[in-house]
This record gives sequence, C-alpha cells and structure tokens, in this order.
Amino acid sequence: MMEQDTEILFNMKVTTDTFVMGLRAPEIVAEARPGQFVMIQTRAGIDPLLRRPFSICGINGDDEFLVLYRVVGRGSAIMSRARKGDVLSVLGPLGRGFDLPQKGQKTLLVAGGIGIAPLIFFAQTNKNTDLVFMAGYSSVSEVVPKEQVGLGNMKVLIATDDGTTGHRGPVTELLESHLAGPCDNTPTVFTCGPLPMLKCIASLTLERGIPCQVSLESAMACGMGACQGCVAKSSSMKSQAYYHVCKDGPVFDVKALDWKNL
Amino acid sequence: MNEKQPDLSIKLGPLKLKNPVLAASGTFGYGKEFSHFVDLNLLGGIIVKGISLKPMAGNPPPRIVETPCGMLNAIGLANVGLDIFLKEKLPWLQKLKTAVIVNIYGHSIDEYGAVAAGLKGVEGISAIEVNISCPNVEKGGMAFGTDPQVSARVTELVLKNSDKPVIVKLSPNVTDIKAVAAAVEKAGAHAISLINTLTGMAIDIDERIPKLANVSGGLSGPAIRPVALFMVYHVVRTVQIPVIGIGGIMDYRDTLEFLIAGAQAIQVGTANFINKKATLDIIEGLGSFCKDQDIERIEEIIGTLKTAKS
Repeated sequence: MMEQDTEILFNMKVTTDTFVMGLRAPEIVAEARPGQFVMIQTRAGIDPLLRRPFSICGINGDDEFLVLYRVVGRGSAIMSRARKGDVLSVLGPLGRGFDLPQKGQKTLLVAGGIGIAPLIFFAQTNKNTDLVFMAGYSSVSEVVPKEQVGLGNMKVLIATDDGTTGHRGPVTELLESHLAGPCDNTPTVFTCGPLPMLKCIASLTLERGIPCQVSLESAMACGMGACQGCVAKSSSMKSQAYYHVCKDGPVFDVKALDWKNL
Repeated sequence: MNEKQPDLSIKLGPLKLKNPVLAASGTFGYGKEFSHFVDLNLLGGIIVKGISLKPMAGNPPPRIVETPCGMLNAIGLANVGLDIFLKEKLPWLQKLKTAVIVNIYGHSIDEYGAVAAGLKGVEGISAIEVNISCPNVEKGGMAFGTDPQVSARVTELVLKNSDKPVIVKLSPNVTDIKAVAAAVEKAGAHAISLINTLTGMAIDIDERIPKLANVSGGLSGPAIRPVALFMVYHVVRTVQIPVIGIGGIMDYRDTLEFLIAGAQAIQVGTANFINKKATLDIIEGLGSFCKDQDIERIEEIIGTLKTAKS
C-alpha cells in the first residue's frame, strides 16, 4: 500500500461514457491482486475533496495498471478530461481481493455493467482455470470492447436488458442456465455489479450451496478502515455488526453479508 | 549546515508536545492504521477514535457523502468500547513516544464519568478529550454541548473521575460558543478543543431522499475552516486555558492561521483521508516557515494577530 504521484500513460474512451486509464506505478503493480482497488485524487486541490475508489482492472508489464471507469459524477467527469502525461495521486493497492481458484476449478465470472472491471483483472491472471465469463449490460452501446481491456482472446457471454446483443434479459439468467446444466465439478462464482444483481446472485448461490465471492461498491473517504464511512451489514450476530468495505472487503464471501439489509 | 532548527514544541496546560500538530479523533483510527504512512513519534500527538463504555456498531450506511470542499459524516460514533480498547488497542499505543489522547463520550452524564474512571491510572495516556457533541439520551437527544450548564457538569464529573489532563471538545452547533467555553473553563477543564463538525444534510434530487441514512451528518473539511477560525478567535479571547484549533486544516498555512488567531495547537482531521501524510507535511511546513521568517520558537507566533479591534 502506497500513496504516490503517477503518470497517466493513456486515458481512452471505450464506450459513450466509459474510459480506460493506464497509470505508471511499478510499486503498486508489484503488489496488486485481482479484486483490490486504488483511490485516485481526480485533480489536485480541495474540490473535489475526496479520492475516488476504482477497482484495478488489469496490469500491463511490470509498471502499468489500468482502471476502467464510467462517468457518473463530478470526480469521474474530471478524470475523463485528464490527458496523457498528467499526474494523478494514487493510493493503493487497497482492500482484500478475490481468493483465487485452484487450477482446474470451474470458475464462473458474472459482471454487471462497470462491475466488469475487477473481473477483467481476475480473468487475465487465471488463464489456466476452467472459466466462463458472463457480462450483463443494459444495451449494446455499453458493451466494453474486449480487445481494449486486454481480453482479446477470451470468450465473454453477453446479456443485454434490451436484447440489442447477446442474450436478452439479465445476466443472472445466463448464470442460472449454467448452474442448471450438468456439472461434475462444483463451480465457484465471482461477481461484481449493481446491488440488485448481486442480491439475485446471492440467493441463487446460497440456495444451491455454491461458493460465491462478491465485490461490493461503496462511497469511501479514507480507503483503509480509519473513517468507518463505508460499511456493509454482516450476517453474523456474534461478530461485528458491520464490515468495512474498504478493509474487510471489497470482496466478501456471499455468506458473510446480511443480504436483506444491504 | 549548522543552522539551528526552530523549536516547534508547545505547552498545552500541563502537557508538553513536540509540536502543535495533533491527529483528530475519528480520522486516524487507533493510530496503527496510519503507521504505514506516518512515523507517529514525529507528531505532537494523536487523538484516538471516541471511546464509549460499551461497543457501538454505528449508523447504517450510507454514512458519508462529499459536499463542496467538504464531507458530511454520520458514522454514529462506532467504536470497540472501553474494555476492548484497553485490552486490544492501547498496548500498541503505549509503545509510542508521542502524546496519546483518548477521546471519550457518553450517552448520559454518568457514562462520561464511567469511561473516565475506566482510564484512571492507565499508563501511556497523556490526556482525555471529552466529546460533548453527542446526543444526551436523558434530555431527548439534545447534544450535551449545546447547554453550558450540562457541559460544565460533564466536565466536572470527568475531572473528578480522572487523573489526567482533561480537554473538552466543543460543538459549533450553538448560539454562543463563548458561553460554553467559559462554563467548561470554570468547571476546571485544562484545555478546550474546537470545533467539532457542523450539522448539515444533502439530498438526492432524483430519489428525493437524504443522501445519509441518518438524514443529517457532521460537516468537515476546508468548507468549515473560516467558521472554525472565527470561533477559535472568539474563544481564545474568552478563556485563559489553552485552545486547540480544529476545522478543515489541510496544510501548514491553514495551521498558521489558527496559531496566529491564538490556538496553542491544532488538529488535522479530514485532510488525513486525502493525504495520509498531511500531519507530517504540516510539521515540515511549519519548520520551514519558521526558518524563513527567523522565528526560533513556534510559540512566538501564537496569538500574534494584529487587528484594529484588538
């Protein structure tokens, strides 16, 4: 974990409102694990005040990491206007990432919208596993082009709400049909996306006793467990009532969370 | 270079600090969280997350939201409670060579007394900071710190049950902060810190709901600095005991404003979230400023504000 000024290597628009940014940070790259995140100060000064959290979406070589981000507010809008050669302060890598599967273990990746970001990094580092990648979007215009995020050779099953490409309907239907098919090897599900999707996947996997790890999103201030601003309700009455998304997560075992109160 | 380093040490009533820069409660965890970035022994002191008698889970999320040049928080005073603090957090803090100040709060006046009593005789605690901004359950949730008499009663009880210097942290959400400051001074407080956060809210216009689950929260960050500075300016002119300035301090220049206004020391809060080394950067900046201005001791700056009114 470090806090450093990093140079922007590129900042490229990949859909109407989604960008990929490459940043040079060898020390962060050396430590980064799939599921971890960084906090970026979108520009110097006090407005916007807080850093913004972004999943690490991949690494290139030993000195460059990528973030995939959607423009949703002021911070990300400012970031989208940054140029190659500009310098941004980055804190990271932060948080607890995915527990990676054993070699040969059947692995299902389920992404919803921009939630694909940490799963791209996951897929890149797990090329040997028996892996199926499913990604849901609202429409074809939102589909992140594979070749621009280092997934050129990977098969990604797409679902769109409006049916403009791939399966018409939620990506959870793709997951359901996978789970319904014959299986000699219990899969593990790794997922990230909007909360309603995560809730659906939690109930699908909990009902079937299928292991599942979810990556949660939250607004954050400090990113390292000091401010206690980002919390998610724990399923356990005995241990702590709330987890810190930044430090205990952002990746959680599906069983650790109280899904009714998220 | 044989140039003499400026002396940054300051006195805070009975306390002597290496420098006037303290990490504010609630923004620095229990210290350990920041030890990866900051050599804590270089700080004037650290004020740990507020401790109550029993553990508190805190408020449901969302607990934080950014606002212009600031942020609102409604953490709900989440903390591990007195027993776990003493068993699990304090041993690590006791090894530090900096002032460790324990922030305490209660839901009733008696609870303040009980937490103070629980810290009595414990080694490695330099002082107690009393948070009087939390809701008083016995008085329908009105904050203790809004009433000068109640503030004085809390201060008296903590002093009675404690063997350590007592700092009272004032709420800015009052009509006349000078009255509260005077009351806690009269009650025997060794020092006053101010300001705690200003109450505020933010609304999601699409959903038409408050952005915080708790509806309201405490505003911090540079947005509140001018308000904090003016309150410090008033309070140092009201009381004789030392004052610690808090409110949106991001760098050494902000710090100097508070020192010139008359604060003996300052606390760095929200800045820690953005720049993990904000406290150290401030200490370094103060040293350079003193050198550049040929100031040998930082204490020479304190309270040197020139105004036509003064």
